[in-house]
Order: sequence, then C-alpha cells, then structure tokens
Amino acid sequence: MELKFEIEGGNFTGAGNASSEVKKTLKQLDVDNAKIKRIVVALFEAEINVVAHADSGIITVTIDDEKVEMLVDDKGPGIYDITKAMQEGYSTATRQVREMGFGAGMGLPNIKRNTDVMNISSVLGVGTNLKMIVYLNDTH
Amino acid sequence: MKVDEIIELLDAKIVTGRICELKTVGFKHAFSSDLMSDVLRLTAENTVLITGLCNLQTIRTAEMAEIKLIIMTRGKKTDDFMRAVAEENDICIIETDYSIFRVSGELYKAGLLPIY
Repeated sequence: MELKFEIEGGNFTGAGNASSEVKKTLKQLDVDNAKIKRIVVALFEAEINVVAHADSGIITVTIDDEKVEMLVDDKGPGIYDITKAMQEGYSTATRQVREMGFGAGMGLPNIKRNTDVMNISSVLGVGTNLKMIVYLNDTH
Repeated sequence: MKVDEIIELLDAKIVTGRICELKTVGFKHAFSSDLMSDVLRLTAENTVLITGLCNLQTIRTAEMAEIKLIIMTRGKKTDDFMRAVAEENDICIIETDYSIFRVSGELYKAGLLPIY
C-alpha cells in the first residue's frame, strides 16, 4: 500500500494531517500500537520539519507486511550541517516555529530514536531527502 | 487519578465532549511542557499533558504521542477546530486559569508521578 501527501511549507494549520492519516491507516491495518507510535512520531517530526523549513515537500509512505518505509522529500534551503542538526538541542528554527511549540532541536534526534533506518541527504539551496524505515516484526 | 478528580482539584472545566471512555482511565503520570518535541519523546502510558501552548499543534502532538488528556493552563482557550480534532482522536481537553506551576504542584501532591 502506498500513501502520498503534498506538504506546504509554512502551513502550520495543515501540519500533522499526513501523519494523522497514516496513523488512522495503520490502526485499520491492526499494526501494534507501540509500533504505530514510533512511526507517527517520526513522521510527524519530519512533517513539521518540512512545514518549518522548506517551501514544499512530498511524503510517500509504503506499507507492507514487514515494514513501513517513509520518504520525505522537500524543496527548500537544505541543511547546512547535518551532523550538527542531529545533535539534541541544535536548532535553526525561526521565532514563528518556536511559537508553535517546535524548534527545540529535538526533531532529527527524535526521528533517529523512533526509526530502525534513517538516511538523510541534503543539497544546499535545493532540498532535503529523508528516508525512514520502521520494521513491523522484531526479527530485524 | 481520574479526570473528574483532576477537574475538581484544578477548578477546571471540560471543553471537549465524548469523553465517557476517559472517565474510568486512571492517569499515572503527568508531564508539563510547552515544547512539543519534548512531549513526543515520552514513552509512558496514561500520561497527562500540562501545557500553556494553545494551538492545533498541541492537539496533533497529543494525537501522535497517545496522550488522552490535555490540561490547558493560564486561562488559555481552545478554538472550535482544535476541539474538533481532539474529539476526533478521543482526546479530552480541560481548561484552567491556574499556572503550569500550580497545576503541576497540585497534581504532584495528589499522587501523579513525574516522568523524569
């Protein structure tokens, strides 16, 4: 099953809609609640990142029996220093983002914590590609 | 702690409907924060969120973090859309004029546990 969402940069009202849809779908598929939480927390952080930092983005979620794979590709400024961005507490968020309750520098670390695979690449002035996988059984 | 006890203790009022299922839930932990990424790190179940951050992202964060009770402090008022999203996800919101400090103190005194 594949789900696709378009994300609009700066639109905090819509932020979370994609993650919410994915959560409902996973519940319908009877996925374990603890797994659902890991998946949607990671995806929500990624979705917020697109809204907070990028111009636009596409989220593609592929669900099969073994895993949930999430691709978050955005067009935007990119990440200057990924190593720094992975550090807890490091943030380049604007005041508006902080007023929405984000920008504490926990986004990417939270994603790392909740996923089994996390790959991120970024080109300055072009955008960022994030791939996340959560395995649904514990043999991985 | 039950939601009814919390409401009485905080002189709060429920602003969402459909919380019948919640009436019997025993809340064990509480977490006070205006930073949603910190809330998204929580792993404990049956946690109450105490916050002064009153916007849609508070509700979305609770949805993702499996938080079923939000206490809006400092007299912050939710809007219709926030309440609708909360109800859609079986989240109960209560509003109080008390500060985060006072709410945290009262609930700690009454037996709710901290997470860290």
